[in-house]
Amino acid sequence: MFVLAELKDNVRIAPDHFNLKLVDAVRDEIDRKLANKVLLNVGLCIAMKEIVSLKDSIILPGDGASHTEVLFRYVVFRPMVGTVMTGKIRNCSREGVNVTLGFFDDILIPHAALQHPSRFDEAEQAWVWEYPLEDGGKHDLFMDVGEPIKFRVSREIFEETSPIGPPKAEGQQSQNASSSTTAAAATAAQEVKTPYKIIGAINESGLGVLSWWDQQGKEEEQEVEDGEDNTEYENDDDGEGACEE
Amino acid sequence: METVNATYSYITNFEVMQILQQIKGTKKKWGMHNLATVTYEALQYLEESPCKTQTRESIKGYLCDLATYRLMPHEQLQMVNDPPTSALHTQLLIDDNKVPLTDEENEAIIGLTHKHFANTTSEPVQANQQAPT
Repeated sequence: MFVLAELKDNVRIAPDHFNLKLVDAVRDEIDRKLANKVLLNVGLCIAMKEIVSLKDSIILPGDGASHTEVLFRYVVFRPMVGTVMTGKIRNCSREGVNVTLGFFDDILIPHAALQHPSRFDEAEQAWVWEYPLEDGGKHDLFMDVGEPIKFRVSREIFEETSPIGPPKAEGQQSQNASSSTTAAAATAAQEVKTPYKIIGAINESGLGVLSWWDQQGKEEEQEVEDGEDNTEYENDDDGEGACEE
Repeated sequence: METVNATYSYITNFEVMQILQQIKGTKKKWGMHNLATVTYEALQYLEESPCKTQTRESIKGYLCDLATYRLMPHEQLQMVNDPPTSALHTQLLIDDNKVPLTDEENEAIIGLTHKHFANTTSEPVQANQQAPT
């Protein structure tokens, strides 16, 4: 799930940090800048692994601080598309299931990628997998908040979130100045963009809430899952297994 | 900030856990709350995952034994991060469209998991038992 990214940056070390060893000062500055932040098309930066090389430190006119060009490797969270991961269900909405990993929250499993057939239970505000039993009946498997869930990463979306300019004031008259500025502020606030989003899927055997596939699970689920597992393998003539392309 | 190589190399969850544990051990400095937050949260996640009981030797042994199955690097990485404990789990991690895994191979792979990584559900494993390669 993690990768090492090689990055280069010019690090400014203020004079009050000159007492520290250069590598320590540089490491702290870089961590201060990058930790827990998303870099566009790189991923969520976690922590520095190592400094590869340092160029000479120079002092620029007008600034007492030293500037050093650093080449370093950073631990970045960026799961490959197709990776299978385990997270916890944060909440369910009409769009799908939101999953969290603790340190990363923006994972969505859209309703189209849930186990088929699933329905959204308004009362419980939870998605339910209507597992079809052999006798034609249905067994409701709920996706409750806090349950550990295994999913496959199907897409990653990076969005540019740096400020691009003042909010647009289309068709605003000077008379409605006060209401228009609040309207513009409201629309700007609604357009909160997440810099890094992961779209997942659980529409394969073995994916979904862990307790659905746990062999030592509760009795009622065990009846369901044992039957399910065995049929998968007995009919698995060409060895394609659970992968649905 | 210049990105020289966004994917310089893969890194296992175990290695990330080690790096974060080392950072956690150092003194907290002013202004480093972001690092502290992400370190704490990521460690919480990793310590609940299979890498908590792994060691460098157990991973090396596991990969040596897995070499006979000719897996792609990203499949091997996934197996180390989340060693399969059931046939269904193995099917999810390994893309066997081209060379289907037989049931015996599947069971052998699950056996390797139990052999190298101690599980809470099975008996404790002696990590020094390594199959001759």
